[in-house]
Amino acid sequence: MANPKTEELARIDYKPPKTGWMDTPTVFKKGMFCHGNKPKSLETVGFPNVRPWLVKDEDWKLPENWREIFVEGLRERVGKYRSFRLFLDICVRCGACADKCHFFIGSGDPKNMPVLRAELLRSIYRRYCTTSGKIMGKIAGARDLTIDVLKELWYYAYQCSECRRCSVFCPYGIDTAEITILARELLNLLGLNIEWIAGPVANCWRTGNHLGLQPHAIKDCFDVFIEDLEKVTGIRVNPTFNRKGAEILVVVPSGDLFADPGTFTTMGELLLFHELGLDYTWSTFASEGGDFGFFTSNEMAKRLHNKIYEEAKRLKVKWILGGECGHMWRVWHQYHNTWYGPVDFLEEPVSPITGTKFENTKSNKTVHICEFTADLIKHGKLNLDKSRNDNLIVTFHDSCNTARGMGILEEPRYIINNVCNNFYEMPENTIREQTFCCGSGSGLNASEDMELRLRGGLPRANAVRHVHEKYGVNMLACICAIDRAALVTAVDYWVPGVGVTGVHEMVANALICKGEKKRTTDLRGEPLPGMEGEQNV
Amino acid sequence: MGLIFSFFAVITLGIIVFAGVKAVHLHYLFGVIIPYAAFLTFIIGIIYRVVKWGRVPVPFRIPTTAGQEKSFPWIKHNKIDNPFTSLGVIVRMAFEVLLFRSLFRNTKAELREGPNLTYGSTKWLWLGGLAFHWTFLIILLRHLRLFTEPIPYFVTLLESLDGFFQVAAPVLYLSDIIFLIAVSYLFLRRVIIPQVRYISLAADYFPLFLILSIGFSGVLMRYFYKVDIVGVKQLTMGLISLNPKIPEGVGVIFYIHLFLVSALFAYFPMSKLMHMAGVFLSPTRNLANNNRAVRHVNPWNYPVKVHTYEEYENDFRDKMKAAGLPVEKE
Repeated sequence: MANPKTEELARIDYKPPKTGWMDTPTVFKKGMFCHGNKPKSLETVGFPNVRPWLVKDEDWKLPENWREIFVEGLRERVGKYRSFRLFLDICVRCGACADKCHFFIGSGDPKNMPVLRAELLRSIYRRYCTTSGKIMGKIAGARDLTIDVLKELWYYAYQCSECRRCSVFCPYGIDTAEITILARELLNLLGLNIEWIAGPVANCWRTGNHLGLQPHAIKDCFDVFIEDLEKVTGIRVNPTFNRKGAEILVVVPSGDLFADPGTFTTMGELLLFHELGLDYTWSTFASEGGDFGFFTSNEMAKRLHNKIYEEAKRLKVKWILGGECGHMWRVWHQYHNTWYGPVDFLEEPVSPITGTKFENTKSNKTVHICEFTADLIKHGKLNLDKSRNDNLIVTFHDSCNTARGMGILEEPRYIINNVCNNFYEMPENTIREQTFCCGSGSGLNASEDMELRLRGGLPRANAVRHVHEKYGVNMLACICAIDRAALVTAVDYWVPGVGVTGVHEMVANALICKGEKKRTTDLRGEPLPGMEGEQNV
Repeated sequence: MGLIFSFFAVITLGIIVFAGVKAVHLHYLFGVIIPYAAFLTFIIGIIYRVVKWGRVPVPFRIPTTAGQEKSFPWIKHNKIDNPFTSLGVIVRMAFEVLLFRSLFRNTKAELREGPNLTYGSTKWLWLGGLAFHWTFLIILLRHLRLFTEPIPYFVTLLESLDGFFQVAAPVLYLSDIIFLIAVSYLFLRRVIIPQVRYISLAADYFPLFLILSIGFSGVLMRYFYKVDIVGVKQLTMGLISLNPKIPEGVGVIFYIHLFLVSALFAYFPMSKLMHMAGVFLSPTRNLANNNRAVRHVNPWNYPVKVHTYEEYENDFRDKMKAAGLPVEKE
């Protein structure tokens, strides 16, 4: 399917319709939603209401008592999550969040304003869970849960990427991610997921990773990396898998094992670990740092996440090093210690190279690779030749989750500034805690919802275009696997001529390794600056 | 619809009290019973709501981090927007509650030809909101002169500061003017900005109209239709000392003012106005971002069905062995 022209897509009408939102039926627009889940995906993990269904069908084949299931589920959750109950209760509809959402900026659809997205569910909460809503109905902002209302909820729950940008600006910190997370959880009680999430969840359950890579296939991926690295550097790295007694377990998002440019990030990490002589192991079981269960339900997130600590325990490692990934770090940082702690079978992480104690993670024992590498550079442990990245004019995209659910802002910048000479920031309202989503987060990076992704990616890509035009930026660095998969498309659409890279790909390009041959290309096999004429032999 | 409904709701309240006092002479009802009932509803209602919120667990520690995390000593940690300690949280909350820090960040996105998106700083909502809330508080504190004898020093001090410019007689309070302008602004932006109008409910207009009419009736009473201030104080002191009495000859405008205030107090706990208490409980603001250093406990954490390594190996043992991967069971 050809994408619409950029001028066409950028003609955005922000004027709301004349009819009130409760009276404006939601029309499902092709390109703005994902395929519904396949029955098999739900069955694998034991989810309810397994049946074939299509989004475009009139009949979604719901159980007879679907309304009771939904309302009961809602009541249960407002009793379990203070965030949820409070955020449903205290919004004053000031509208400060409205134009903070990339999906609203890119689409103009008023139901994509965070406040209204939440009102879709809030109106049901009022109707079934509050006295005023029960008595006064519409005048109190309440409405009945009809099948059309349910479909509308589904449509907009999968047009939110849980990026939390709105919650930075909300005077009460109302976080639409919480609303969306729980709305999706409720929809999953009725078997209403999307295949782009349900499929990876089922894969992850069985094989340990979203892509469904079986153990030998993972090994094959690495074999290719090893060969490619040898071609570029002359060094043959020898990673180990599922090795007991290693000091560190390394876990990365599986997207980085499979698709470019994420693969170059993994290669970068391989080279770095080899150069350090790190005593570490990969795992084919804990082969996924990310967690699409998080986009399904809290319980599913926890079910998938178990393998990380279980594997660390089985392999008797000391601590866990996690790769570049956004939502993975939201889950690792804000959730998994709560789910599985106390993590007393591991040790407080200490860098074996610098001796630095990672005090900020002494309880859950997971270190972000940017923390790890920044510390190496600070201690002068890496021999870096920045000029090898001189062909790159770089800007940095903060991932939503690591920025607003963790706050790892300076570490990647510190690394980038030490591995390349040309680094320019995007405008300040589009980076750090105000960063814009790639438009495809929270499991929305399918192909059938491409219009949604391109619209949602507009604010990010537009800021990239600004630095592309002003400074000639040609490379967008990021620390998230979904970014690496999704931004390539969005950036190519809005700002052709800008590539996407992981930070550790750049590290490896600059890293001078012991015993390496004269490098003529970067990890991608493209000539290094000044080496354009050289043959790589 | 919400706008018209709310407008007439407030007008109706005005008519009820006017008729009640002027025609039916229900001074005791409007001067004593309703204020007492409203105040009790206010207090009990707020406690009820806060306790209800407080009893809902906080399963996860999910602060929205708006600055650099604490990692290494050599990286500057943003202690306020990404607090690591309780002290940091207190400072963050103080900024939030007293100065509306998050709203201060507000920007306005604009799409120009190109496409070219810009995000200009816009402080009007922050300024309007801050002006409204602070002047409301000042006015409320000034009213303490009606409930105390002798009047505490800070109240008279506040009055003299507030009337610093010594314009008109009785002295014109700055807070009165700013308050009315701010409420009018909050109302106008709700009507004028298309997106905000689109999301507005009756529950948004009603408190605005109510507060605006409270402001107007108060100003009218102070500067134009003067009431017997000695009588008013007799009444208010009677209320506070639980020895209520209705003095003769206090103008009907006073009863209107008092009734509207009572309506606001009674409405408060069941409305969005509870954001006043709710903001303190917001888990994205009132928690420290020290998740990896200090474990957060979820009271309802329960064991879940997992896919164990053993099951995984059973599924793939042959393939693992063929690929030379170590296995637990040969």
